[in-house]
Amino acid sequence: MSAVARPAPVRALGRPVGALAGGWLALVILAAVCAPLLTPYAYDVQSLREAYQPASRTHWLGTDEFGRDLLTRLIYGARTSLSVSGIAIFLSVVSGMTLGAAAAWFGGWFDRVVTVAVDLTWSFPEILIALILVAIIGPGTTGTMVAISVAYLAQFTRLTRAQILTLKGETFIEAARSLGASDGHILFRHLLPNALAPVLVSAMLATGDAIILEATLGFFGLGAQPPVPSWGGMMSAGSALVFKAPWIIVFPGLTVAVTVVAINLFGDALIAELDIRNRLQGRP
Amino acid sequence: MSEPLIRIQGLSRRFDTGGGFLKAPRSMMAVRDVSLDIARGEVLGVVGESGCGKSTLARLVLRLIEPTSGRVRFDGTDLTALKPAALRAARRRMAMVFQDPYSSLDPRYTLAEVLAEPFVVQGQAVTQDRLAAMLAAVGLPPAMLGSHPHQLSGGQRQRVGIARALALSPAFVVLDEPTASLDVSIQAQIIDLLSGLRDRMGLTYLFISHDLGLVRYFCDRIVVMYLGAVVEVLDRADAAPRHPYTRALIDSGFAPDPSRRRAIAPLAGEIPSPFSLPPGCAFAGRCPRASDLCRRDIPALSAGEDHPVACFHPL
Repeated sequence: MSAVARPAPVRALGRPVGALAGGWLALVILAAVCAPLLTPYAYDVQSLREAYQPASRTHWLGTDEFGRDLLTRLIYGARTSLSVSGIAIFLSVVSGMTLGAAAAWFGGWFDRVVTVAVDLTWSFPEILIALILVAIIGPGTTGTMVAISVAYLAQFTRLTRAQILTLKGETFIEAARSLGASDGHILFRHLLPNALAPVLVSAMLATGDAIILEATLGFFGLGAQPPVPSWGGMMSAGSALVFKAPWIIVFPGLTVAVTVVAINLFGDALIAELDIRNRLQGRP
Repeated sequence: MSEPLIRIQGLSRRFDTGGGFLKAPRSMMAVRDVSLDIARGEVLGVVGESGCGKSTLARLVLRLIEPTSGRVRFDGTDLTALKPAALRAARRRMAMVFQDPYSSLDPRYTLAEVLAEPFVVQGQAVTQDRLAAMLAAVGLPPAMLGSHPHQLSGGQRQRVGIARALALSPAFVVLDEPTASLDVSIQAQIIDLLSGLRDRMGLTYLFISHDLGLVRYFCDRIVVMYLGAVVEVLDRADAAPRHPYTRALIDSGFAPDPSRRRAIAPLAGEIPSPFSLPPGCAFAGRCPRASDLCRRDIPALSAGEDHPVACFHPL
């Protein structure tokens, strides 16, 4: 009984790995939200006399080539990176679920068109799709967001479609129909709620990938434009100075790595709690 | 005799499958020209091997799948002609209990939500007390209302399925092998529950099963189906079979009394593929009494000496 009462994310936090990963993610999100309260520095004020300083008491992680505090830029960079990848995945989940549910529900030629389109995009690496889209839309946060959400659209469409197709054959759907349930009732009260858990977990894991994709685009100079900091953009600036001031590239790199690993570990804990491993394969 | 509650006339359903690149579509008649009446308060049993179309017949009667031809009249109303809104209203008076108690309840729902669903989809209000009374009527404690289906045993789930079917006080309930997935001891409890509810609520049952022994115990009349068609209608549960297939079905049951143990004569031959039925009687290939006539013409269901049978050479 009590196992049902507490929601799965809370139960995931009860596992040691889940607690560690969840703690890091909470820390990063909290820092991003409260950025101006946490640091006395501005992320965009240059002070060339203080450039290339290693870690010290005044600048905990050192300064970059323009003398800006690295920790400050890292915290503000979390705002960019997390919001861009988070919003992109949210858009991707909403449109992917709508598309996948519609394809599975209506079937026929509509389903075939969606399936072919999704399989086509599925066969390209996400980075390629994202690069092409950013080239079309133009660099910047909006372009990156759209590019990432389209790049992951296929994944959520496929997963939702497979879930709905499996659930459609369940007897409780026929039972609801025999009681006189409308299509809307069956779709919104039975099919989508049952399809939601695997899609949300897969969205969580995709957010980790999206942070890397956002950093990659930022590294290429296609993401947030200077002086707005993003983790990828900071690594790009630091790449020319690897030997002179290695901390400029190392700390953003470490932050990306630890954050993505934390998301994956927390996702794993969530999967274990929800007991849905076999449903994530995306097969009907 | 008053008008029957259910009047099935010439009901057929064809399924088309396959048909793709360089592949011709195939079709089969799952239910072929079935006509039956079900009287008020009657328990009508339908037996047959798996794949004989009995489950399809059950769904056709409730119009959960559309018939290819034929009609079903429910208390004088032609169900097959109803528009969606009218059909939804008609569903208040008919219900179904499903074979698999594990997949017939939404795993995310609590029992309270399961039992409230009939009222929700019909736009009716329901109180917590009413839900508790529904559980009590099928012999489950009201404290279970907050439980999820996975916390229940198979027999308990089937009781919930029955409570849900009876929520709107229907007149007619289709029971699609309601005990086939349960242990034998639980089967008896469920059958006992169903017959008690029938007496109390004046229900009419269409009871689908492959277990002839159970059907003979529980039903007033028995319809025997073979490959989509009705081959015999036994007017009484203990009536002597006249169709060779019914005879074979009865003979293949195991006698529980060891002193009455006898040799079982299994039917020779295989069921023909429903996609390519032979001309003539579908049972002819396995029938010991088959003649050339049986292999050429299809016997019609005709009132024989005491009850309808579709056979040229009845027993």
